[in-house]
Amino acid sequence: MSLTLEKKEEKKEGLKQVIGRRIAATGNYAAALAVRDADIDVAAIYPITPQVQIAEKIAEFVADGELDAEVIHVEGEHSALSAVVAAAATGARAFTATSSQGLEYMHEILYIASSLRQPVVMALATRALSAPINIWNDYADAFGMRETGWIMLFSENVQEVYDNLVQAFRIAEHPDVLLPVVVTLDGYILSHTVEPLEPLGREEVLSFAPKRPRGYRPVLDPDYPITVGTLGTPHWYYEAKYQQVVALRESKRVIEEAGREFGKKYGREYGLIEKYMMDDAELAFVSLGATASLVKAAVDRLRKEGVKAGMIKIRVLRPFPADEIAEALENVEAWATLNRAISYGAAIEEPLFTEIAAALAVRGIVKPMASFVHGMGGRDIFVREIVEMYKKLDEIRRSGRRVKRTYFWGVKGHDPEEDQAM
Amino acid sequence: MTRIEIRFHGRGGQGAVTAAESLGEAAILEGKYALAFPEYGAERRGAPVLAFTRIDDRPIYEREPILEPDVVVVLDPSLPPQIYLKGLKKTGLLVVNTKRSPDRVAEHLQSSGLESPRCIASVDATEIAVKHIGAPIVNTAMLAALIKASRVVSLDTVKKVIYDRFSARPHIAEANMKVMDEAYERTEVVCL
Amino acid sequence: MSLKDEGFKRYLGKKYPETWRDMPIAAIVPWPGNTAEVKTHAWRTIRPVINQDKCIRCRLCWTFCPDGAILEVDEEYKTSSGRVFKVSYKVDYDHCKGCGICAAECPVNAIEMVPEER
Repeated sequence: MSLTLEKKEEKKEGLKQVIGRRIAATGNYAAALAVRDADIDVAAIYPITPQVQIAEKIAEFVADGELDAEVIHVEGEHSALSAVVAAAATGARAFTATSSQGLEYMHEILYIASSLRQPVVMALATRALSAPINIWNDYADAFGMRETGWIMLFSENVQEVYDNLVQAFRIAEHPDVLLPVVVTLDGYILSHTVEPLEPLGREEVLSFAPKRPRGYRPVLDPDYPITVGTLGTPHWYYEAKYQQVVALRESKRVIEEAGREFGKKYGREYGLIEKYMMDDAELAFVSLGATASLVKAAVDRLRKEGVKAGMIKIRVLRPFPADEIAEALENVEAWATLNRAISYGAAIEEPLFTEIAAALAVRGIVKPMASFVHGMGGRDIFVREIVEMYKKLDEIRRSGRRVKRTYFWGVKGHDPEEDQAM
Repeated sequence: MTRIEIRFHGRGGQGAVTAAESLGEAAILEGKYALAFPEYGAERRGAPVLAFTRIDDRPIYEREPILEPDVVVVLDPSLPPQIYLKGLKKTGLLVVNTKRSPDRVAEHLQSSGLESPRCIASVDATEIAVKHIGAPIVNTAMLAALIKASRVVSLDTVKKVIYDRFSARPHIAEANMKVMDEAYERTEVVCL
Repeated sequence: MSLKDEGFKRYLGKKYPETWRDMPIAAIVPWPGNTAEVKTHAWRTIRPVINQDKCIRCRLCWTFCPDGAILEVDEEYKTSSGRVFKVSYKVDYDHCKGCGICAAECPVNAIEMVPEER
């Protein structure tokens, strides 16, 4: 046994010389590593595909003595989030993870976590919603969470899963915020893909996101009893809600500060949005999550053809970066969105579009625009398809015509252009 | 090297996903960028399985499945060539687990009316795996064969990665080292 | 550091807030036992009146009152028949809702429910 361990150590040392701190990891593994490095006190996770390995790895870290945390075995996601909210209410650094139906099952407690102002952190492996049952990726679960008062960070790659989670603890627990934070990782596309990862290690993570002393925020404490979860009559409920509105707005500054300092310390800077080839872009797509990678690849191809394409990645969906997006889109000639979520029956059925269009309209910015849905339930999106979407947007720009409906791209037997004429 | 795209064809239980991931990990450890991912599904033993590794010197944005691979690695000789050859570049490399020599593989493909790629590598991975591991888990042998034919990463790096994966069970780790050495030795490569 | 010491006080707002800014965060109540300050007497349409002379100090009204609005006070009382009691029972009219359970339970009919007039 000791022989094996020695051998492993030797090998690790050897590796270090060659590669430094770079390892290969899936998104799920990166999430578990981030949580280990953040030295959480409590985890309660009900396993659901494609997030299972996060729960497995955390349990393994605890069993191996690498993480001193309480792992609470729960009978479902409703209990998982309840346990984590309660743990946070005692002052613990608490974490959960879920996906798809699991998120729906905890939906009631999502609102309670944010309105009780408990700084819990959650990893969400985004996945389609039933029915029909589907275990693959889209953003239906995440987009259903927009109204729950959580801060929402989207990750484009495995490194961002780790970095976002590290920042999430710092943001959530910041005295000016005290809100729960969810970090998404595209189901399978990030959760199960092996990519390069540079973990920071516990020392660095705890210097970037230090655990704050007990007593900096109100928690359940026998020496200073408080009541949590009171009745809010019509006299005061509204004011409590308005406090949440302000807290989310003000969290923007904290998120930006965290992203800037992260960049200073570790060379990877994070903002509310990321602009790709936007300096002279005429056509811009807005997207998020790992889908943004595909859009970048499409931009690269279009640039080779001489098309002035650019893209904007939304990293922070809540609070929505309206000012930043408006500024980024101010000088393009046409813009569009690409999303893996549907808002059924909405004015525009692609939900990212309605927010951006509203943000631009109130600032008096109106220009050719369109919205695209693709990739539902794990349908592959190919880069060449996004190139076609850019060309569609170019045609819309040239013709100046108004597009009143979302383009549902790639639906068998459906002609999105015919749909516009309806 | 610019970009290389590798597609693994196997059956559930042969370790195609582990092969793709280990290759990606080896590339990452050598300082390159890589994405390694399975064709996501509800995995089950015996069903045909696809796994992909995409390696580049620069960060990779293409997260789509590999339709036109540079290299196809076939872990199971019972899979139909019509399926695994689909999209393989004419200048590409086919690595097959078979008792046949590369020339015989090319003849066989041509007799089935299929165009063979420029390079073919073959090794009897099943025999080697059974000999050292005691089970027809051929992924590590096929990685060694792939490396002999393409040199996309060094054999030592992949061996490190595989050893690390099985370090909790040292006898399996050691057996796989023997598998990889023998497979590397016995792999035949023919290019037109 | 204990909660008694430090910075969390910024989240507590005012006990009697006037604006959303004054309200404790997440509508917590950091003042234990403050329910006593909530006056519930306005609900009452009939009030219990205890006849100290008839009362035998059995404590049943105190036991049954759902609001803890019967008070046992250290007040000596001598009945008209000369019996001396060390305690008396009084009604906390700030919190009595006038349900009448005390009157119904009293074994000697010493409690009368009298209509309120305000």
